[in-house]
Amino acid sequence: MYVAVKGGERAIDNAHAWLAEERRGDTDIAEMSIAQIREQLALAVDRVMAEGSLYDPDLAALAIKQARGDMIEAVFLIRAYRTTLPRFGASAPIDTGAMACDRRISATFKDLPGGQVLGPTFDYTHRLLDFALAAEGLEPSEAPEAAADMADLPHVTDFLAQEDLIQREPEGSDTPRDLTREPLDFPTDRPLRLQALSRGDEGFVLSMAYSTQRGYGRNHPFVGELRTGKVAVEMDIPELGFAIEIGEAVVTECETVNQFTGSKTEPPQFTRGYGLTFGHCERKAISMALVDRAMRWAELGEDNVGAPAQDEEFVLYHADNVQASGFLEHIKLPHYVDFQSELELIRRLRADAMAGQHQEAAE
Amino acid sequence: MSNSQPDLTPAVAARKRRLSIFAKAGEDALTPLFERFAQTHPIADYTVLRAAEVGTSMVRGRAGGSGAPFNLGEMSVTRMSVRLPSGAAGHGYVQGRSKEAALMAALLDAMAEDGFAEGVDDLVVAPLEDAAKTARAARAAKAAATKVEFFTMVRGEG
Repeated sequence: MYVAVKGGERAIDNAHAWLAEERRGDTDIAEMSIAQIREQLALAVDRVMAEGSLYDPDLAALAIKQARGDMIEAVFLIRAYRTTLPRFGASAPIDTGAMACDRRISATFKDLPGGQVLGPTFDYTHRLLDFALAAEGLEPSEAPEAAADMADLPHVTDFLAQEDLIQREPEGSDTPRDLTREPLDFPTDRPLRLQALSRGDEGFVLSMAYSTQRGYGRNHPFVGELRTGKVAVEMDIPELGFAIEIGEAVVTECETVNQFTGSKTEPPQFTRGYGLTFGHCERKAISMALVDRAMRWAELGEDNVGAPAQDEEFVLYHADNVQASGFLEHIKLPHYVDFQSELELIRRLRADAMAGQHQEAAE
Repeated sequence: MSNSQPDLTPAVAARKRRLSIFAKAGEDALTPLFERFAQTHPIADYTVLRAAEVGTSMVRGRAGGSGAPFNLGEMSVTRMSVRLPSGAAGHGYVQGRSKEAALMAALLDAMAEDGFAEGVDDLVVAPLEDAAKTARAARAAKAAATKVEFFTMVRGEG
Protein backbone atom coordinates (compact mmCIF):
# COMPACT_ATOMS: atom_id res chain seq x y z
CA MET A 1 0.00 0.00 0.00
CA TYR A 2 1.31 3.43 -0.91
CA VAL A 3 0.30 6.58 0.91
CA ALA A 4 1.46 9.99 -0.24
CA VAL A 5 3.40 11.75 2.46
CA LYS A 6 5.14 15.07 2.33
CA GLY A 7 8.52 15.92 3.68
CA GLY A 8 12.06 14.92 2.92
CA GLU A 9 12.50 17.28 -0.05
CA ARG A 10 15.46 19.04 1.48
CA ALA A 11 17.10 15.76 2.48
CA ILE A 12 16.58 14.41 -1.02
CA ASP A 13 18.00 17.52 -2.68
CA ASN A 14 21.02 17.44 -0.41
CA ALA A 15 21.52 13.72 -1.00
CA HIS A 16 21.54 14.32 -4.75
CA ALA A 17 23.96 17.22 -4.38
CA TRP A 18 26.29 14.95 -2.44
CA LEU A 19 25.83 12.23 -5.05
CA ALA A 20 27.02 14.67 -7.73
CA GLU A 21 30.07 15.51 -5.62
CA GLU A 22 30.87 11.86 -4.96
CA ARG A 23 30.40 11.09 -8.65
CA ARG A 24 33.10 13.58 -9.47
CA GLY A 25 35.39 12.18 -6.77
CA ASP A 26 38.66 13.88 -5.84
CA THR A 27 38.85 17.05 -7.91
CA ASP A 28 42.65 16.84 -7.92
CA ILE A 29 42.15 13.91 -10.31
CA ALA A 30 41.30 14.79 -13.91
CA GLU A 31 37.65 14.41 -14.87
CA MET A 32 36.75 11.65 -17.34
CA SER A 33 35.25 12.74 -20.65
CA ILE A 34 32.51 10.91 -22.52
CA ALA A 35 35.00 10.27 -25.32
CA GLN A 36 37.44 8.67 -22.85
CA ILE A 37 34.75 6.31 -21.59
CA ARG A 38 33.61 5.53 -25.13
CA GLU A 39 37.14 4.75 -26.31
CA GLN A 40 38.73 3.19 -23.23
CA LEU A 41 35.82 1.41 -21.53
CA ALA A 42 34.41 0.23 -24.85
CA LEU A 43 33.16 -3.14 -23.61
CA ALA A 44 31.24 -1.47 -20.78
CA VAL A 45 29.70 0.85 -23.39
CA ASP A 46 28.82 -2.17 -25.54
CA ARG A 47 27.11 -3.91 -22.66
CA VAL A 48 25.04 -0.85 -21.82
CA MET A 49 23.99 -0.54 -25.48
CA ALA A 50 23.09 -4.24 -25.70
CA GLU A 51 21.03 -4.33 -22.52
CA GLY A 52 19.77 -0.77 -22.87
CA SER A 53 18.59 -1.84 -26.33
CA LEU A 54 19.78 1.39 -27.95
CA TYR A 55 22.80 1.65 -30.21
CA ASP A 56 24.46 5.00 -29.42
CA PRO A 57 27.99 4.76 -27.97
CA ASP A 58 28.12 8.38 -26.76
CA LEU A 59 24.83 8.07 -24.90
CA ALA A 60 25.92 4.78 -23.32
CA ALA A 61 29.19 6.42 -22.21
CA LEU A 62 27.24 9.32 -20.69
CA ALA A 63 25.00 6.86 -18.86
CA ILE A 64 28.03 5.06 -17.43
CA LYS A 65 29.49 8.35 -16.23
CA GLN A 66 26.20 9.47 -14.68
CA ALA A 67 25.70 6.06 -13.03
CA ARG A 68 29.22 6.13 -11.56
CA GLY A 69 29.96 2.88 -13.36
CA ASP A 70 26.87 1.06 -12.05
CA MET A 71 26.04 -0.87 -15.21
CA ILE A 72 22.42 -1.70 -14.41
CA GLU A 73 21.74 1.92 -13.44
CA ALA A 74 23.31 2.95 -16.77
CA VAL A 75 21.09 0.49 -18.65
CA PHE A 76 18.10 1.94 -16.80
CA LEU A 77 19.06 5.49 -17.87
CA ILE A 78 19.35 4.40 -21.51
CA ARG A 79 16.00 2.58 -21.42
CA ALA A 80 14.34 5.64 -19.90
CA TYR A 81 15.83 7.96 -22.53
CA ARG A 82 14.80 5.62 -25.35
CA THR A 83 11.14 5.85 -24.37
CA THR A 84 11.25 9.62 -25.08
CA LEU A 85 12.26 9.11 -28.71
CA PRO A 86 9.87 8.64 -31.62
CA ARG A 87 10.52 5.60 -33.76
CA PHE A 88 10.94 6.42 -37.44
CA GLY A 89 10.70 2.85 -38.63
CA ALA A 90 12.35 -0.53 -38.58
CA SER A 91 15.43 -1.60 -40.48
CA ALA A 92 15.68 -4.36 -43.00
CA PRO A 93 17.18 -7.39 -41.20
CA ILE A 94 20.92 -6.81 -40.99
CA ASP A 95 23.06 -9.02 -43.19
CA THR A 96 25.67 -10.52 -40.89
CA GLY A 97 27.15 -12.39 -43.87
CA ALA A 98 28.32 -9.00 -45.17
CA MET A 99 29.92 -8.07 -41.82
CA ALA A 100 33.32 -6.35 -41.85
CA CYS A 101 34.71 -8.83 -39.31
CA ASP A 102 37.22 -7.83 -36.65
CA ARG A 103 37.04 -11.37 -35.35
CA ARG A 104 35.68 -14.62 -36.70
CA ILE A 105 36.41 -18.01 -35.23
CA SER A 106 34.94 -21.49 -35.46
CA ALA A 107 35.31 -24.26 -32.91
CA THR A 108 34.03 -26.84 -35.39
CA PHE A 109 36.12 -26.39 -38.54
CA LYS A 110 39.83 -25.69 -38.44
CA ASP A 111 40.26 -24.83 -42.11
CA LEU A 112 37.27 -22.79 -43.09
CA PRO A 113 37.20 -20.31 -45.97
CA GLY A 114 38.40 -16.97 -44.64
CA GLY A 115 40.23 -18.68 -41.81
CA GLN A 116 40.26 -18.30 -38.04
CA VAL A 117 40.61 -14.58 -37.35
CA LEU A 118 41.28 -13.95 -33.65
CA GLY A 119 40.81 -10.17 -33.59
CA PRO A 120 41.37 -8.12 -30.43
CA THR A 121 40.65 -10.89 -27.90
CA PHE A 122 41.30 -11.68 -24.24
CA ASP A 123 41.58 -15.36 -25.24
CA TYR A 124 45.07 -16.80 -24.74
CA THR A 125 46.09 -13.95 -22.44
CA HIS A 126 47.46 -15.17 -19.11
CA ARG A 127 45.09 -13.12 -17.00
CA LEU A 128 48.04 -11.64 -15.12
CA LEU A 129 47.61 -8.04 -14.04
CA ASP A 130 49.61 -5.81 -16.33
CA PHE A 131 51.25 -3.21 -14.13
CA ALA A 132 52.57 -1.42 -17.19
CA LEU A 133 48.99 -0.10 -17.62
CA ALA A 134 49.23 1.51 -14.17
CA ALA A 135 52.00 3.73 -15.49
CA GLU A 136 50.23 6.36 -17.55
CA GLY A 137 51.51 7.76 -20.81
CA LEU A 138 52.81 4.51 -22.29
CA GLU A 139 51.38 4.27 -25.78
CA PRO A 140 50.88 0.70 -27.04
CA SER A 141 52.86 -0.25 -30.12
CA GLU A 142 50.93 -0.31 -33.38
CA ALA A 143 49.18 -3.62 -34.02
CA PRO A 144 50.76 -5.56 -36.90
CA GLU A 145 48.99 -5.55 -40.24
CA ALA A 146 48.79 -8.12 -43.02
CA ALA A 147 47.35 -8.24 -46.50
CA ALA A 148 43.58 -8.53 -46.17
CA ASP A 149 41.04 -10.19 -48.40
CA MET A 150 38.06 -7.85 -48.36
CA ALA A 151 35.58 -10.53 -49.49
CA ASP A 152 32.60 -11.40 -47.28
CA LEU A 153 33.21 -14.32 -44.93
CA PRO A 154 30.69 -17.14 -45.43
CA HIS A 155 28.78 -18.50 -42.44
CA VAL A 156 30.00 -21.88 -41.22
CA THR A 157 26.44 -23.18 -40.90
CA ASP A 158 25.94 -22.58 -44.64
CA PHE A 159 28.40 -25.42 -45.35
CA LEU A 160 26.41 -27.82 -43.18
CA ALA A 161 23.15 -26.59 -44.70
CA GLN A 162 24.39 -27.42 -48.19
CA GLU A 163 24.52 -31.08 -47.16
CA ASP A 164 21.25 -30.81 -45.22
CA LEU A 165 23.15 -31.82 -42.10
CA ILE A 166 21.77 -28.91 -40.15
CA GLN A 167 18.23 -27.74 -39.72
CA ARG A 168 17.32 -24.90 -42.07
CA GLU A 169 16.02 -21.76 -40.41
CA PRO A 170 12.28 -21.38 -41.01
CA GLU A 171 10.97 -18.11 -42.43
CA GLY A 172 9.00 -15.84 -40.16
CA SER A 173 6.79 -12.78 -40.15
CA ASP A 174 8.28 -9.62 -41.67
CA THR A 175 6.98 -7.71 -38.65
CA PRO A 176 8.11 -9.70 -35.62
CA ARG A 177 6.43 -9.22 -32.25
CA ASP A 178 8.05 -6.45 -30.24
CA LEU A 179 8.15 -6.60 -26.46
CA THR A 180 8.80 -2.85 -26.23
CA ARG A 181 5.40 -2.26 -27.82
CA GLU A 182 3.24 -5.03 -26.39
CA PRO A 183 3.24 -6.85 -23.06
CA LEU A 184 5.15 -10.12 -22.89
CA ASP A 185 2.52 -12.78 -23.63
CA PHE A 186 2.94 -16.54 -23.46
CA PRO A 187 3.44 -18.70 -25.37
CA THR A 188 6.06 -16.67 -27.19
CA ASP A 189 7.74 -17.36 -30.50
CA ARG A 190 11.43 -17.53 -31.28
CA PRO A 191 11.78 -13.93 -32.60
CA LEU A 192 10.29 -12.56 -29.37
CA ARG A 193 12.57 -14.77 -27.26
CA LEU A 194 15.62 -13.61 -29.20
CA GLN A 195 14.68 -9.98 -28.59
CA ALA A 196 14.26 -10.61 -24.86
CA LEU A 197 17.54 -12.53 -24.60
CA SER A 198 19.50 -9.94 -26.55
CA ARG A 199 18.47 -7.19 -24.09
CA GLY A 200 18.54 -9.54 -21.10
CA ASP A 201 21.05 -9.28 -18.27
CA GLU A 202 24.39 -10.76 -19.25
CA GLY A 203 24.89 -12.40 -15.87
CA PHE A 204 21.45 -13.98 -15.89
CA VAL A 205 21.69 -15.27 -19.45
CA LEU A 206 25.20 -16.57 -18.73
CA SER A 207 24.01 -18.48 -15.68
CA MET A 208 21.07 -19.97 -17.54
CA ALA A 209 23.41 -21.08 -20.33
CA TYR A 210 25.85 -22.50 -17.81
CA SER A 211 23.04 -24.48 -16.17
CA THR A 212 22.37 -26.24 -19.50
CA GLN A 213 26.05 -27.15 -19.77
CA ARG A 214 25.99 -28.60 -16.28
CA GLY A 215 23.08 -30.88 -17.15
CA TYR A 216 19.87 -28.92 -16.58
CA GLY A 217 18.60 -29.32 -20.14
CA ARG A 218 21.86 -30.27 -21.79
CA ASN A 219 21.94 -29.52 -25.53
CA HIS A 220 25.47 -30.41 -26.63
CA PRO A 221 26.55 -27.14 -28.25
CA PHE A 222 29.57 -26.47 -30.42
CA VAL A 223 30.39 -22.90 -31.30
CA GLY A 224 30.01 -23.25 -35.06
CA GLU A 225 30.97 -19.66 -35.45
CA LEU A 226 31.51 -16.49 -33.49
CA ARG A 227 31.98 -13.19 -35.30
CA THR A 228 32.23 -9.54 -34.34
CA GLY A 229 32.31 -6.60 -36.69
CA LYS A 230 30.47 -3.80 -38.36
CA VAL A 231 27.27 -4.19 -40.37
CA ALA A 232 25.30 -1.62 -42.32
CA VAL A 233 21.76 -0.82 -41.18
CA GLU A 234 19.33 -0.11 -43.98
CA MET A 235 15.84 1.34 -43.62
CA ASP A 236 13.06 2.26 -46.04
CA ILE A 237 12.51 6.01 -46.19
CA PRO A 238 8.88 6.66 -47.10
CA GLU A 239 9.42 10.20 -48.42
CA LEU A 240 12.11 8.89 -50.77
CA GLY A 241 10.41 5.67 -51.82
CA PHE A 242 13.57 3.62 -51.41
CA ALA A 243 15.87 2.36 -48.66
CA ILE A 244 19.14 3.96 -47.58
CA GLU A 245 21.77 2.95 -45.09
CA ILE A 246 20.94 4.99 -42.02
CA GLY A 247 24.00 3.90 -40.10
CA GLU A 248 26.19 1.03 -39.10
CA ALA A 249 26.58 -0.97 -35.94
CA VAL A 250 29.14 -3.26 -34.40
CA VAL A 251 27.43 -6.52 -33.48
CA THR A 252 28.49 -9.94 -32.18
CA GLU A 253 26.93 -13.09 -33.55
CA CYS A 254 27.20 -16.64 -32.26
CA GLU A 255 25.85 -19.66 -34.08
CA THR A 256 25.91 -22.91 -32.22
CA VAL A 257 25.73 -26.30 -33.86
CA ASN A 258 23.99 -28.71 -31.52
CA GLN A 259 24.10 -32.47 -31.55
CA PHE A 260 20.65 -33.88 -32.15
CA THR A 261 19.78 -37.52 -32.63
CA GLY A 262 16.29 -36.83 -33.91
CA SER A 263 12.94 -36.84 -32.18
CA LYS A 264 9.36 -37.91 -32.82
CA THR A 265 9.05 -35.17 -35.43
CA GLU A 266 12.57 -34.38 -36.70
CA PRO A 267 15.23 -36.54 -38.45
CA PRO A 268 18.76 -36.76 -37.04
CA GLN A 269 20.57 -33.56 -37.98
CA PHE A 270 22.38 -30.76 -36.28
CA THR A 271 20.21 -28.04 -34.80
CA ARG A 272 20.98 -24.41 -34.10
CA GLY A 273 21.11 -21.89 -31.33
CA TYR A 274 21.54 -18.23 -32.14
CA GLY A 275 22.94 -15.25 -30.33
CA LEU A 276 23.18 -11.67 -31.60
CA THR A 277 24.00 -8.57 -29.58
CA PHE A 278 24.93 -4.96 -30.13
CA GLY A 279 28.62 -4.30 -29.59
CA HIS A 280 31.37 -6.73 -28.76
CA CYS A 281 29.56 -8.86 -26.18
CA GLU A 282 30.94 -12.29 -26.86
CA ARG A 283 30.11 -14.03 -23.60
CA LYS A 284 26.56 -12.76 -23.91
CA ALA A 285 26.17 -13.87 -27.55
CA ILE A 286 27.34 -17.42 -26.74
CA SER A 287 25.11 -17.58 -23.67
CA MET A 288 22.15 -16.35 -25.69
CA ALA A 289 22.68 -19.06 -28.30
CA LEU A 290 22.68 -21.81 -25.66
CA VAL A 291 19.53 -20.52 -23.98
CA ASP A 292 17.83 -19.98 -27.35
CA ARG A 293 18.52 -23.63 -28.21
CA ALA A 294 17.24 -24.85 -24.84
CA MET A 295 13.94 -23.02 -25.30
CA ARG A 296 13.38 -24.61 -28.73
CA TRP A 297 12.56 -28.01 -27.19
CA ALA A 298 8.87 -27.94 -28.15
CA GLU A 299 9.49 -26.96 -31.77
CA LEU A 300 12.05 -29.77 -32.13
CA GLY A 301 9.86 -32.38 -30.45
CA GLU A 302 12.25 -32.85 -27.53
CA ASP A 303 11.20 -33.75 -24.01
CA ASN A 304 10.70 -31.02 -21.48
CA VAL A 305 12.93 -32.31 -18.68
CA GLY A 306 11.81 -29.50 -16.42
CA ALA A 307 15.11 -27.62 -16.63
CA PRO A 308 14.93 -23.89 -15.80
CA ALA A 309 16.46 -22.92 -19.16
CA GLN A 310 13.67 -24.76 -21.01
CA ASP A 311 11.01 -22.75 -19.20
CA GLU A 312 10.34 -19.66 -21.31
CA GLU A 313 8.20 -18.01 -18.67
CA PHE A 314 10.90 -18.43 -16.05
CA VAL A 315 13.68 -17.23 -18.34
CA LEU A 316 11.92 -14.32 -20.02
CA TYR A 317 10.22 -12.99 -16.89
CA HIS A 318 13.53 -12.87 -15.06
CA ALA A 319 16.07 -11.92 -17.74
CA ASP A 320 15.46 -8.18 -17.69
CA ASN A 321 17.68 -6.45 -15.16
CA VAL A 322 15.78 -3.14 -15.26
CA GLN A 323 12.48 -4.83 -14.42
CA ALA A 324 14.14 -7.04 -11.83
CA SER A 325 16.00 -4.28 -10.04
CA GLY A 326 12.98 -1.99 -10.18
CA PHE A 327 10.87 -4.49 -8.31
CA LEU A 328 13.67 -5.60 -6.03
CA GLU A 329 14.82 -2.15 -5.04
CA HIS A 330 11.36 -0.71 -4.45
CA ILE A 331 11.24 -2.63 -1.17
CA LYS A 332 13.83 -0.27 0.29
CA LEU A 333 11.49 2.72 -0.25
CA PRO A 334 9.12 3.74 2.54
CA HIS A 335 6.56 1.09 3.45
CA TYR A 336 5.68 2.68 6.77
CA VAL A 337 1.92 2.17 6.54
CA ASP A 338 2.27 -1.42 5.29
CA PHE A 339 4.57 -2.16 8.13
CA GLN A 340 2.34 -0.42 10.71
CA SER A 341 -0.52 -2.76 9.85
CA GLU A 342 1.83 -5.77 10.04
CA LEU A 343 2.99 -4.55 13.43
CA GLU A 344 -0.60 -4.18 14.65
CA LEU A 345 -1.40 -7.68 13.44
CA ILE A 346 1.60 -9.29 15.11
CA ARG A 347 0.85 -7.47 18.38
CA ARG A 348 -2.76 -8.70 18.36
CA LEU A 349 -1.86 -12.30 17.45
CA ARG A 350 0.83 -12.34 20.07
CA ALA A 351 -1.50 -10.91 22.71
CA ASP A 352 -4.14 -13.53 21.84
CA ALA A 353 -1.58 -16.34 22.00
CA MET A 354 -0.22 -15.14 25.34
CA ALA A 355 -3.73 -14.80 26.76
CA GLY A 356 -4.45 -18.39 25.62
CA GLN A 357 -1.32 -19.67 27.37
CA HIS A 358 -2.24 -17.89 30.61
CA GLN A 359 -5.70 -19.39 30.48
CA GLU A 360 -4.28 -22.91 29.93
CA ALA A 361 -1.85 -22.44 32.80
CA ALA A 362 -4.67 -21.27 35.04
CA GLU A 363 -6.79 -24.34 34.22
CA MET B 1 24.33 -4.58 -49.07
CA SER B 2 22.21 -7.57 -49.93
CA ASN B 3 19.01 -6.04 -48.55
CA SER B 4 19.03 -3.41 -51.28
CA GLN B 5 16.17 -3.37 -53.70
CA PRO B 6 17.24 -4.55 -57.16
CA ASP B 7 16.83 -2.47 -60.34
CA LEU B 8 17.11 1.07 -59.00
CA THR B 9 17.36 3.72 -61.71
CA PRO B 10 20.83 5.31 -61.95
CA ALA B 11 19.48 8.56 -60.44
CA VAL B 12 17.93 6.74 -57.50
CA ALA B 13 21.05 4.60 -57.02
CA ALA B 14 23.21 7.74 -56.93
CA ARG B 15 20.91 9.43 -54.42
CA LYS B 16 20.85 6.32 -52.25
CA ARG B 17 24.64 6.17 -52.33
CA ARG B 18 24.89 9.83 -51.27
CA LEU B 19 22.37 9.63 -48.46
CA SER B 20 23.91 6.40 -47.17
CA ILE B 21 27.38 7.87 -46.85
CA PHE B 22 26.02 11.09 -45.26
CA ALA B 23 24.16 8.95 -42.72
CA LYS B 24 27.31 7.14 -41.61
CA ALA B 25 29.82 10.01 -41.85
CA GLY B 26 29.26 11.77 -38.53
CA GLU B 27 29.15 15.52 -37.93
CA ASP B 28 32.92 15.93 -37.48
CA ALA B 29 33.76 14.44 -40.88
CA LEU B 30 30.82 16.02 -42.68
CA THR B 31 31.30 19.62 -41.51
CA PRO B 32 34.57 20.58 -43.27
CA LEU B 33 33.48 18.94 -46.52
CA PHE B 34 30.10 20.65 -46.37
CA GLU B 35 31.72 24.03 -45.75
CA ARG B 36 34.10 23.56 -48.66
CA PHE B 37 31.20 22.61 -50.93
CA ALA B 38 29.15 25.61 -49.79
CA GLN B 39 32.01 28.00 -50.62
CA THR B 40 31.89 27.07 -54.30
CA HIS B 41 28.18 26.25 -54.41
CA PRO B 42 26.31 28.91 -52.41
CA ILE B 43 23.18 27.45 -50.87
CA ALA B 44 20.14 29.72 -51.25
CA ASP B 45 17.76 30.45 -48.40
CA TYR B 46 15.99 27.20 -47.77
CA THR B 47 12.74 26.48 -46.01
CA VAL B 48 12.45 23.78 -43.42
CA LEU B 49 9.94 21.15 -44.49
CA ARG B 50 10.45 19.13 -41.36
CA ALA B 51 12.40 20.37 -38.38
CA ALA B 52 15.34 18.30 -37.21
CA GLU B 53 14.08 15.46 -35.04
CA VAL B 54 15.95 12.86 -33.03
CA GLY B 55 14.37 9.41 -33.06
CA THR B 56 15.22 5.78 -33.57
CA SER B 57 15.12 2.94 -36.01
CA MET B 58 14.38 -0.54 -34.72
CA VAL B 59 17.29 -2.65 -35.94
CA ARG B 60 16.29 -6.17 -36.91
CA GLY B 61 18.29 -9.35 -37.18
CA ARG B 62 17.38 -12.80 -38.42
CA ALA B 63 17.23 -15.97 -36.31
CA GLY B 64 20.26 -18.03 -37.24
CA GLY B 65 21.41 -15.20 -39.52
CA SER B 66 19.04 -16.38 -42.27
CA GLY B 67 15.66 -17.14 -40.69
CA ALA B 68 12.79 -15.27 -39.12
CA PRO B 69 13.35 -11.53 -38.50
CA PHE B 70 13.47 -10.36 -34.87
CA ASN B 71 13.85 -7.02 -33.15
CA LEU B 72 17.43 -6.62 -31.93
CA GLY B 73 17.24 -3.12 -30.49
CA GLU B 74 17.01 0.49 -31.58
CA MET B 75 19.57 2.86 -33.02
CA SER B 76 19.48 6.63 -32.66
CA VAL B 77 18.79 8.48 -35.89
CA THR B 78 18.21 12.17 -36.64
CA ARG B 79 16.28 13.40 -39.65
CA MET B 80 15.47 16.71 -41.28
CA SER B 81 13.92 17.84 -44.56
CA VAL B 82 14.45 21.14 -46.41
CA ARG B 83 13.31 22.79 -49.64
CA LEU B 84 15.35 25.12 -51.82
CA PRO B 85 13.72 28.15 -53.53
CA SER B 86 13.80 26.15 -56.80
CA GLY B 87 11.47 23.62 -55.21
CA ALA B 88 14.06 20.86 -54.82
CA ALA B 89 13.52 18.97 -51.59
CA GLY B 90 16.30 17.34 -49.58
CA HIS B 91 16.02 14.69 -46.89
CA GLY B 92 18.75 13.99 -44.38
CA TYR B 93 18.81 10.90 -42.18
CA VAL B 94 21.94 10.48 -40.06
CA GLN B 95 22.99 8.02 -37.38
CA GLY B 96 23.21 9.54 -33.93
CA ARG B 97 21.76 12.74 -32.50
CA SER B 98 23.40 15.53 -34.50
CA LYS B 99 20.82 17.97 -35.86
CA GLU B 100 23.64 19.82 -37.63
CA ALA B 101 24.62 16.66 -39.50
CA ALA B 102 20.99 16.03 -40.47
CA LEU B 103 20.73 19.59 -41.81
CA MET B 104 23.95 19.27 -43.82
CA ALA B 105 22.79 15.93 -45.25
CA ALA B 106 19.40 17.40 -46.19
CA LEU B 107 20.96 20.47 -47.84
CA LEU B 108 23.48 18.39 -49.78
CA ASP B 109 20.70 16.07 -50.94
CA ALA B 110 18.62 19.05 -52.05
CA MET B 111 21.59 20.60 -53.90
CA ALA B 112 22.26 17.30 -55.66
CA GLU B 113 18.61 17.16 -56.71
CA ASP B 114 18.87 20.77 -57.89
CA GLY B 115 21.52 20.10 -60.54
CA PHE B 116 24.68 20.13 -58.40
CA ALA B 117 25.02 16.37 -58.10
CA GLU B 118 28.51 16.38 -59.58
CA GLY B 119 29.77 18.95 -57.08
CA VAL B 120 28.20 17.07 -54.16
CA ASP B 121 29.63 13.77 -55.34
CA ASP B 122 33.14 15.11 -56.03
CA LEU B 123 33.53 17.38 -53.04
CA VAL B 124 31.66 15.48 -50.34
CA VAL B 125 30.62 11.95 -51.29
CA ALA B 126 33.93 10.81 -52.78
CA PRO B 127 36.13 11.98 -49.87
CA LEU B 128 33.73 10.45 -47.34
CA GLU B 129 33.72 7.15 -49.21
CA ASP B 130 37.52 7.19 -49.45
CA ALA B 131 37.80 7.79 -45.72
CA ALA B 132 35.35 4.97 -44.96
CA LYS B 133 37.23 2.64 -47.28
CA THR B 134 40.57 3.52 -45.68
CA ALA B 135 39.20 2.99 -42.18
CA ARG B 136 37.68 -0.35 -43.14
CA ALA B 137 40.91 -1.48 -44.84
CA ALA B 138 42.97 -0.53 -41.76
CA ARG B 139 40.83 -2.72 -39.50
CA ALA B 140 40.80 -5.54 -42.05
CA ALA B 141 44.60 -5.44 -42.22
CA LYS B 142 44.87 -5.73 -38.43
CA ALA B 143 42.32 -8.55 -38.43
CA ALA B 144 44.27 -10.34 -41.19
CA ALA B 145 47.40 -10.21 -39.03
CA THR B 146 45.51 -12.20 -36.35
CA LYS B 147 44.56 -14.99 -38.75
CA VAL B 148 45.78 -18.35 -37.47
CA GLU B 149 48.24 -20.22 -39.70
CA PHE B 150 47.97 -23.85 -38.65
CA PHE B 151 50.82 -26.27 -39.06
CA THR B 152 50.79 -29.96 -38.19
CA MET B 153 53.29 -31.28 -35.68
CA VAL B 154 55.27 -34.33 -36.80
CA ARG B 155 53.45 -37.39 -35.56
CA GLY B 156 55.08 -40.33 -33.85
CA GLU B 157 53.50 -43.15 -35.82
CA GLY B 158 54.91 -44.17 -39.18
